[in-house]
Order: sequence, then C-alpha cells, then structure tokens
Amino acid sequence: MSLVPVISTERLTKRYPGVTALEALTIDIGDGVTGLVGANGAGKSTLIKILLGLTEPTSGGASVLGHDIHTEGLALRSRVGYMPEHDCLPGDVSATELVVHLARMSGLPTSAARERAADTLRHVGLYEERYRPIGGYSTGMKQRVKLAQALVHDPDVVFLDEPTNGLDPAGRDEMLALVRRIHTDFDISVLVTSHLLGELERICDNVVIIDGGTLLRSSSVADFTRSSAQIALEVVAEPADALAALTAVGLRVTRDGPLLLIELEGETTYDLVRDAVADHGLGLVRLQPRRHHIAEVFEEEATRVTR
Amino acid sequence: MSPADSAPSGVIHNIGYRGYDGERLTRRGITFGLYAHSLRGIFGLGRAARSKVVPFGMVVVMLLPAVVLAVVAVVGAGLGQLDGPVVPYTRYAMILQAALAIFVAVAAPQAVSLDLRFHSLPLYLARPLERVDYVRAKLAAMTTAVFLLLAAPLLVLYLGSLAARFDAGRETLDLAQALLGALLFAAVLSGLSLVIASLTARRGFGIAAIVTVLVLSYSIVSSLQGVVAFEADDATTAGWIGLFSPMTLVDGVQVWAFGVTSSTPAGPAGDLAGPTFLVVALAFVALAYWALTRRYRKVKV
Repeated sequence: MSLVPVISTERLTKRYPGVTALEALTIDIGDGVTGLVGANGAGKSTLIKILLGLTEPTSGGASVLGHDIHTEGLALRSRVGYMPEHDCLPGDVSATELVVHLARMSGLPTSAARERAADTLRHVGLYEERYRPIGGYSTGMKQRVKLAQALVHDPDVVFLDEPTNGLDPAGRDEMLALVRRIHTDFDISVLVTSHLLGELERICDNVVIIDGGTLLRSSSVADFTRSSAQIALEVVAEPADALAALTAVGLRVTRDGPLLLIELEGETTYDLVRDAVADHGLGLVRLQPRRHHIAEVFEEEATRVTR
Repeated sequence: MSPADSAPSGVIHNIGYRGYDGERLTRRGITFGLYAHSLRGIFGLGRAARSKVVPFGMVVVMLLPAVVLAVVAVVGAGLGQLDGPVVPYTRYAMILQAALAIFVAVAAPQAVSLDLRFHSLPLYLARPLERVDYVRAKLAAMTTAVFLLLAAPLLVLYLGSLAARFDAGRETLDLAQALLGALLFAAVLSGLSLVIASLTARRGFGIAAIVTVLVLSYSIVSSLQGVVAFEADDATTAGWIGLFSPMTLVDGVQVWAFGVTSSTPAGPAGDLAGPTFLVVALAFVALAYWALTRRYRKVKV
C-alpha cells in the first residue's frame, strides 16, 4: 500500500430530508481492488458521488489520491474514472464517437483521444460493434461502454458503481474478470460496489462493508476468510467411520453431509489427515481448503449489530 | 535474424494495456471541446442522418431567398432599376423568422435535452469541468449556431450587392450593423430556447414549447401593435409593446441603434425607448444565463 491512501474520508456525513445516507463515515482505502458492499440504500452510491463532487456532503471531509474533495475537485476528477450505476449512454451515437468525445472531456487532445478510445474499447471487449449506435446494444455491451469511458483517460483510480447490474451469469463472470484485470494488468486502483458479497470476494483485495451509512467492517478479503479456514475432506468409506478415525488423532471434525470439515490448525493438520486416511484405508476422494464465504462473516456481523 | 524480425507481418498482436502520460488539457480547453462538440451536434454532425435534416433544411430555407434577392439585385442594377438592395439586411431575420424559430426549436433540445433524457450529465460532471462550464459551452454553441444561420444569408446578400456595384462603403456598414443585430438575435433566442429545453428531458415537448413561445409572443405583440398603432393611432404605445416578444425586442434595438425602418407596425419611439430596448435585451440574455446556471446547479445526477 502506498503512503497516501487512495481514498480517505473523515467523519463524512450526508443527510437528505428525512434520510441519513452517510453517518460520520471514516475510512482509509488503499490501492488494489476494494469492494464496497452494502444493501441497497446503504450509502454506496452516495459515497462515490461525494468523492467525485457530484453531491455535496452535509459535513465532514474526504480526499482522493491526496486531492481534497472540497478544494481540488478539478485535479481530483482528472485522475479518476467513474462508471455510473444507471443507464447514462446516448442511444444515437456509436460507442467510438461517445468514448472519443468523453476522452476529450477528460482533457485528452483529439488524436490521443481517438487512439485511446480504440485501445480501451478493445480492452473491454468491443470490436466491430463499436461503430454501431449504442441504442441497439445489449445490456452487457452497454456496461462495457460505460466501463470503457471510465478508463479511457488512464485514471489512477476508477469508481465502478454496480458494474454487474442486469448482467446474466456469464456476463457477470466476464465483467468481474475485467474488473480484476483493471488492477492486475492496467495497474489502476478500483473501488467497486455491489450488494452481492459473493461476487466481490472473488475479485477484491479488500472489502469495506457499510450499512445504514456507517462502517460495519473494513479489512482484507484474506482476513475475512483466513480465521475461518477449514479443510473439506471426502472419502470412499462411510463418513461416520472417517469422523471417528480423524477425531481419534486429535482433530476437530464436523460432518456436513458427505463432507467432513476439519479445522485447520497449522501445516501439521494436513499430515495428520493424510496419515489417518492412509492408516484406516478410508479411500481419499477429495481434500481441499474450504474457506468461509465473507457472506457468513457478514451475516454474523450484521446480526451482532442489529442486536 | 532476430526473433522480432521473423515474426509474421500482418498479424495483430495484443500489445497489452498502455498508459497515457501525454498532454492533458485544462478546464478551459475541455470547455472549448464541449462547445465545439455541441456546435457540431446542433447541425447534426456526428449524429444520425435524420438529425441533419431539420438543421440543414433550415439553412437552405434561409439561404434560398438571399440567393434570389442577390440575383434580383444584380439583374435590377444591370437594368438600371435598382441602386440598393431590395430588402435591408437588418430585416432579413424578421422576414424569415418562421424558419429561424424552427431551427432554434430543434437545436436547443438537441443541445441540452438529450443529455437529460439519457442521464449523461454524470459522465460530464465526473470529469474535470464544472457545472457552469457546461452551461457556458452550451449557450455559446447555441448562440454561434444561430448566428451562423443568420450571417450566411446576409453575406450572400452582401456579395449580391457588391456584384450589383451598389455603394460598397454603405453596403459594408449596413452589413456590419446587421451582423451585430444578428448576434443579438442569436443571444436572445439561444438564452430563451435553452432555458425552455433544459426544463424537459423530452425533445418533443421542448420543440413544441419553444415554437409556441416564439410564434405566440410574436403574433400577439405584432397584432396588438397593429391595433394600437392604426386603430387607436398611438404609435408610441405600439412601439413600447414591442418589448414583449424576443423578435420585436431585438428589432427595436436595431431600429434605434442603426436608424433602420422597423419590421413591425411601430418601432420604439422617443429618446428613452431605444436604450430601454437594448438594456432589456441584454438583461434578458443575462437572466437566461443566470436561470441556466441555477437549473444546472440543482440538476440531480
């Protein structure tokens, strides 16, 4: 992580008449892919809009890439890309024309804008169809155009608001892979929102969970899942027999249908399992690390907060 | 032979992602880019073919009478019948105001309503320009477009007058005056039409509203002027009524500033009326700009 956090907020508060969207939110977000998770209405989009200067906060401050949102909006926005959640594309122009135009609106000279628009559209997977009017595009193609316009000026960080919205499972997977590539291949930091934890834990380095405008938890994906690591074991023999054999060598084992879940206590756990399976002739079918999904952690946290 | 040389030519390689370290324009440059893009968009350039029909249709409608008048001037002068243009330059906009109104009514929603309809504003406002820059670029583009529409036929008329060997000095002065008038027409009409268009995301509503306001205000004002001037024989009051429609307002400024004949039943009369027309016209443009900045400060993204 670099010394200056990519995003830093200080008691950021946003109140609408009758609703508090953000309540004294203080977080630091570093580089890499960060997932911003929360239910609909948790304040995810509001946070992004405040960071971009599209909405004024009621109180508190924030900075992006070291630029203050109140005083350095122009400098900030020249280094940030934004993919809005909702449909925002004109129907009667082609993807190429739109992305070239928006590249120029980000400050690129015309020739550079043309070159980068073509490059970026190719990177997000739009080829011949980019010369056709956007009105005829599928949802998946429109999402790609929205992503391309966020990347076209080579920002240092992109804010992606629900990029998988409205996509079918295959489209979702492609979009998530693309989001991951933005960091690994393009070296651009990513803040990506979703109300689905499952899809974010696959691509994110860090996850920030907000609920009702307050921070629920912020940590790395590894932290979320490491503490609850288990090994899943499947054998040919009766699971009950295997359970007895493994418990006998001092392992903590629970049964989950045909699977046995063994608490991972260190590298020796693997050896113990291997030896026990071999000694009792259990017939090994499958042995793999089983990590808890963040969702399970999230549910625990959420229930603890509501109580 | 090195490996690079032996690679087959004509194969497109995925060269991976490349960053951009080159020049980046400032806010001013970006605003100018939006101005240029909006100006092209008003004429339908860079848009679907059907978007070009009305703007260029109206350009032709505006130019045709000017071409005919230029030919008439040349022929008339050749026959020794004419020593000046048939139609004064300053009256051209008033005579062809129907075409002008249609152009303005289609252009303003093209310039601003589309961004509202497609919710494209966040794409602009998340970039290094401010809301007020957006307003300035759109207002400037619209004013330029209307001015070009008015200036082109004036130039045709002027060339006709020169070809007819009318007094070049006088014609040039008249043209310059008419161009100034055209600029004021453009600013007033652009401000009015953009304010109306910025209130609706529906292009049809915008077009209908702008045409209605322009046509209705002119019809009411000019018929009232006619009644007051000829039935009641009160030219002074009739002149003042001209304040209340955009076309007669700017025409009144021309009448006062350039001493040309009024295109309406009565021009502004007296020493006070003329300057008032100018002040009202300028105040109207300022008010439209203020209303637009206010509208876009509040627009939700």
